[in-house]
Amino acid sequence: MSAPDPGISCGWRSWMVRLPPLLWLSAFFLVPFLITLKISLSDAATAMPPYLPVLDWQAGLEGWSGFLEALDFENYAVLWFDTFYRDAALSSLAYAGGASLVLVLIGTPLAYALARAPTRWQTLLVALVVVPFWTSFLIRVYAWIAILKPEGLLNAGLLRLGLIAAPLEILNTPAAVMIGLVYAYLPFMVLPLYAVMSRLDGTLREAAADLGAGPGRVFFTVTLPLAAPGIAAGALLCFIPMIGEFIIPDLLGGSDTLMLGRVLWSEFFSNRDWPLASAVAVLMLLIVIGPVVLFRDAGGGEAGR
Amino acid sequence: MSGFLRAVLALGLTFLYAPILVLAVYSFNASNLVTVWGGFSTRWYTALLSNEPLIAAAWVSLRVAVLAGAIATVLGTLTALALGRHGRFRTRKLLTGLAFAPMVMPEVIIGLSLLLLFVGVGLDRGILTIVIAHATFCTGFVAVVVGARLRGLDRVLEEAAADLGAGPVRVFATITLPLLAPAILAGFLLAFTLSLDDLVIASFVSGPGATTLPMRLYSQVRLGVNPEINAASTLLVLAVTVAVLAASRLTARR
Repeated sequence: MSAPDPGISCGWRSWMVRLPPLLWLSAFFLVPFLITLKISLSDAATAMPPYLPVLDWQAGLEGWSGFLEALDFENYAVLWFDTFYRDAALSSLAYAGGASLVLVLIGTPLAYALARAPTRWQTLLVALVVVPFWTSFLIRVYAWIAILKPEGLLNAGLLRLGLIAAPLEILNTPAAVMIGLVYAYLPFMVLPLYAVMSRLDGTLREAAADLGAGPGRVFFTVTLPLAAPGIAAGALLCFIPMIGEFIIPDLLGGSDTLMLGRVLWSEFFSNRDWPLASAVAVLMLLIVIGPVVLFRDAGGGEAGR
Repeated sequence: MSGFLRAVLALGLTFLYAPILVLAVYSFNASNLVTVWGGFSTRWYTALLSNEPLIAAAWVSLRVAVLAGAIATVLGTLTALALGRHGRFRTRKLLTGLAFAPMVMPEVIIGLSLLLLFVGVGLDRGILTIVIAHATFCTGFVAVVVGARLRGLDRVLEEAAADLGAGPVRVFATITLPLLAPAILAGFLLAFTLSLDDLVIASFVSGPGATTLPMRLYSQVRLGVNPEINAASTLLVLAVTVAVLAASRLTARR
C-alpha cells in the first residue's frame, strides 16, 4: 500500500467521499441501536407503536422529564430473574461455542488441504467452497430436513445398511441444530483460514521436513502456530452471528430448542412485546461486543471476504 | 499432496454439496413424497409457473435486490475509497466500525433495530424499508471487495495522470474508476445475492404487500418439506451460483 496523499485527506472532496457512507450508516445502523436501547427501557403497551412511554415533543421540558421517569430496567430484571431467558442465553453460548469448536476441528484440516492443493486446482477448489458461502442460507438449512427426518435419507441409508434397527430421532433435537450450525457456517470458517494458510511461507515447512519432521509434526509445530490468528478470526466470524441465529434452531431444532435469536423473534412476532425483544437484543449485543472488537482488531474486515 | 489431505478435501466438499444435490435431485421427483423416489418428472417446475404468490414474491425480491445492491455498491465503493485513498481522518475508526460490524452482527438485531427506527420516524413499511435495510448490511461486503482491488492498484498510473495535469476528479474518472470497475461490478453482484437471500432482516422491516421470496419460501417450509419448494430452491441456488461465479471471475482477472 502506498502512502496516502495528505493533500486530499482534508479537502472538501474527501468529505464528499466519506460523508455519504458515514451519514447512511449512522442513520441506519448506529441510531437504530440507540433507539433499541431506549425501547428496552420502556414498557409494553397495547397501542401502536406497542410500547410506552412515547416522547411528547409538544410538552417541552415536562414531556422530557415524564418520558425519562417512565423508563426503567424492568425488562432486564425479567431477563435476569426469569430462568427461561437465562437458559436461552446460556444455551446460545453453548451452541455457538460448541459449534465453533467443531468448526475449528473440521475447518482447519480442510483449509490446510485447500492451501496445499496443486496451484492449478486451487482457484476452482476455493470457488467450490465460496459458492455455498453465498448460496441461500434458508435453502441450505431446509435441505437438511429431508435428510434428517425419521423417514429421511440418512435413516433410510442406515436402515438399509443394517446399522440401526429403528429410525433415529435426529430432526428437532440439539444434534440437528449442531449439524445445521456446523454445515451452514463451515465456509465462514474455512475462507479466512485458507487466506492465512495460503500466504504462509512454504520454506518453513520444507526446512522442518528437511530436519526430519514428518507431515503431522510439520503441521502441528510450524503451520498451526502460524495460522493461529486465522483460526481465531474464523472462529469469531462464526461465533458472533451464531449467537443470534434464528433459522437453524427454528427449522432443525425442536420446539424446546432455546436460542436468543429465536427468543427475540417470538417475543417480537408472537408476543408483540417490543420492549422485551429490544432488551434481548441488547443482551445479545453485550455478549457479542467483546468478540466483535477482537474480530476487528484481528483484521476481520479483510478476512471476511 | 498426500492421500490424507486429498481425502479431507473430498470429504469436506461432499459435506458442503451433498445436501444441495439431494435437494436438486428430489426437485425432479415425480412423487409427492420428498424422500421416496417416484421417477423423473418436471411437474414441480411446471407447478411453479402457476404459483402466483411465489412469482410475485420473486419479483419483489428482484426489485429489492437490484435497488439495494445499487445503493450498497455506491456506499461500499465510497467507503473503500475513503479508507483506502484518503489516509487518516478523525472519523476513520467510526466508518470502519459502521461498515464492517453489520457483516457479522446477528441479523435479528439489525432487523429489530431498523424496524424500531422506521416505526419511530413513521416510515411506512414496505419495499422501501427492505431496500434501506439491505443496502445497510451489504455496504461492508462491497467495501471489502472494492478495497481489496484498490490495494492492488498501481498508484503510479494515477500519479502519472496527475503529473500530466489531470485534476483529482479527472484522475478518478479516467484512471481509478475504470480500473476498479470489475471489483465494483463484483461487489454489486455479491450485494445482490445477499439481498436476494435474506429472510430475517426482511421479515422484521417488511410490511403488508412486500413479501420477499425467502419470506414466502419460509412460510411454506414451516408447513413441511414439499417438492415444489425444492424446485424453487434449485432455481434460486442456480441463479446465485451463476452470480457468484461471475463475481469471482471479475475479481480474479487482472
